[in-house]
Amino acid sequence: MTTRRSSVGVKALPYFLILPTLAFVSLFTIWPTLNAIYLSFFKQRLNIARFREPTFIGWENYINLFHDPTFLKVLKNTLIYVVGTVPLSIVVAFLMAWLVNQPLRGRGWTRLFFFHPTVLPMVSAATIWMFFLTPDYGLFNTTLAWLGYHGPQNWTGNPNLALFGVMLVAFWKNAGYYMIFYLAGLQNLPHEVFEAAQLDGANLLQQLRYITFPLLRRTTLFVSTIAFIGAFQTIDHIFVLTQGGPSNASNVLLYYLWQIRFENQDVGRASAVTVILILVLLVFTVSNVWLSERREESQYG
Amino acid sequence: MAKRTWNRRALGQTTLTLLTWALGLLWIVPLLWAITASLRPLNEPIQRGDVWFGTTLSIESYTKALSLAPFGLYFKNTVIIVLMILGVQLITITLAGFAFANYRFRGQKVFLFLILLQLMIPTAALLVPNFATIRWLNLYDTRLAIAIPYFGSAFGTFLMRQAFLEVPQDLVDAGVLDGCSWWQLLWHVYLPPSIPTLTAFMLSSVAWHWNEFLWPLIVTKSDAARPLTAGLVRFTQLGEIGAQWSLLSAATLLVAAPLLVVFLIFQRRFIESFLHSGLK
Repeated sequence: MTTRRSSVGVKALPYFLILPTLAFVSLFTIWPTLNAIYLSFFKQRLNIARFREPTFIGWENYINLFHDPTFLKVLKNTLIYVVGTVPLSIVVAFLMAWLVNQPLRGRGWTRLFFFHPTVLPMVSAATIWMFFLTPDYGLFNTTLAWLGYHGPQNWTGNPNLALFGVMLVAFWKNAGYYMIFYLAGLQNLPHEVFEAAQLDGANLLQQLRYITFPLLRRTTLFVSTIAFIGAFQTIDHIFVLTQGGPSNASNVLLYYLWQIRFENQDVGRASAVTVILILVLLVFTVSNVWLSERREESQYG
Repeated sequence: MAKRTWNRRALGQTTLTLLTWALGLLWIVPLLWAITASLRPLNEPIQRGDVWFGTTLSIESYTKALSLAPFGLYFKNTVIIVLMILGVQLITITLAGFAFANYRFRGQKVFLFLILLQLMIPTAALLVPNFATIRWLNLYDTRLAIAIPYFGSAFGTFLMRQAFLEVPQDLVDAGVLDGCSWWQLLWHVYLPPSIPTLTAFMLSSVAWHWNEFLWPLIVTKSDAARPLTAGLVRFTQLGEIGAQWSLLSAATLLVAAPLLVVFLIFQRRFIESFLHSGLK
């Protein structure tokens, strides 16, 4: 559809109409992005008197970052966090949506149970889980012990478990949110196709594989994009549960960024981390869309 | 034969129901446990294996939590911030969405692209330069500082544009023939059929900003501007709280309750509006 629909009003009007949005987006998205790129080439530390004013140092912030074991650990944690939470939440979200889309008894309730974490603030969810995961008397460990697991119990204080602990909370909180989009997708699928498939004797798995998944490709693209961006921008639970510790075991990019800026007061380095974070987000979003379109072409083209 | 397939189907149905309920209960248990824990009397701390209720139900934890931190003030701040964002967004996204859907103008694609950049570069990633901007605007430690980065919304602009594009051309033409001015066209022709999308956007905006934590934490330092989420985290770090779980649970639920209650009341509409809007 073309966008010229009516030409009511003066010629300058559309510019006035988009001006407020454009102004705020420029001030809080475009300008800060450029500013971060610029400042990432300077040394500026607010808590050291002689480095208070920015000095140009070229690529040094980036070089230092990639030689810093802590930063490399943070990158690795971020990768584990994203790979561990995003696909799993999407798969479980689909399963939830598929289940609550069946004509089951009490599905309204189960839908509610799955969806409720979405409206909880992440800090509340994390506080609830902090309590739930408490060593010795938390219900999580009590249940695990009852099921026969007697391993380490400190899910937020043990360096080997801390990252897993924060991932668990994110997974619990997000799956129900993504479920909604799959539910919408499932309810919009054409019934006739499934009826025809059933007549042809296609079993449930075949129907899922050859009809449901391909038809929900756009939903999956959308959900995986918001899930990925979400995984980078939500660290509230880390503040509550672990503060990135113990010894950076659960530290991820955005939390590290916050630490560098507000604990170390290192503006230059924080700007470099900002640029890296933006690049990662852009590369992923663009490649996700590109891959999905290619898959679509190879399927129908 | 017919009976056997019926039996198999019933069995399958029962298995699915049980599976769904098991998964559902697994999901709700943390919340239920926090609720029961918050109702324990304060002098009965939770011990090992002490899983559900105390000897009596008590709301002591709630009154104590309310006395230890100004949750009323935090609540007021959150409401003001959320409404401020929503109010401005409704205007900015409607106008911009209308411009992109109804007009063709020079640079349109470039402007749309610039605005949509906000979808790929979330505000959270820009906290360092945005903090500098807030300082420069002299807004540090105000409610406006929490709200202002969200006044322009790429997501909302895009949603409204899509909704407006769905409005039939005939209706637009009829409006123009009747001599509508641009704002009459927007108000009488474009907006009425787009209300579901607008509602869905409103719900997601409120839910998102009600729950936001990191940005408010960064740009506030006093209770006067602090919202519920940042207040809760400060509360959990108070020395006198320690591991008093019933107190912590009570405070957590106080913070989560308003939105949770609104959601429970409107849940059908809430979920439906997600289902039937452009959010897919």
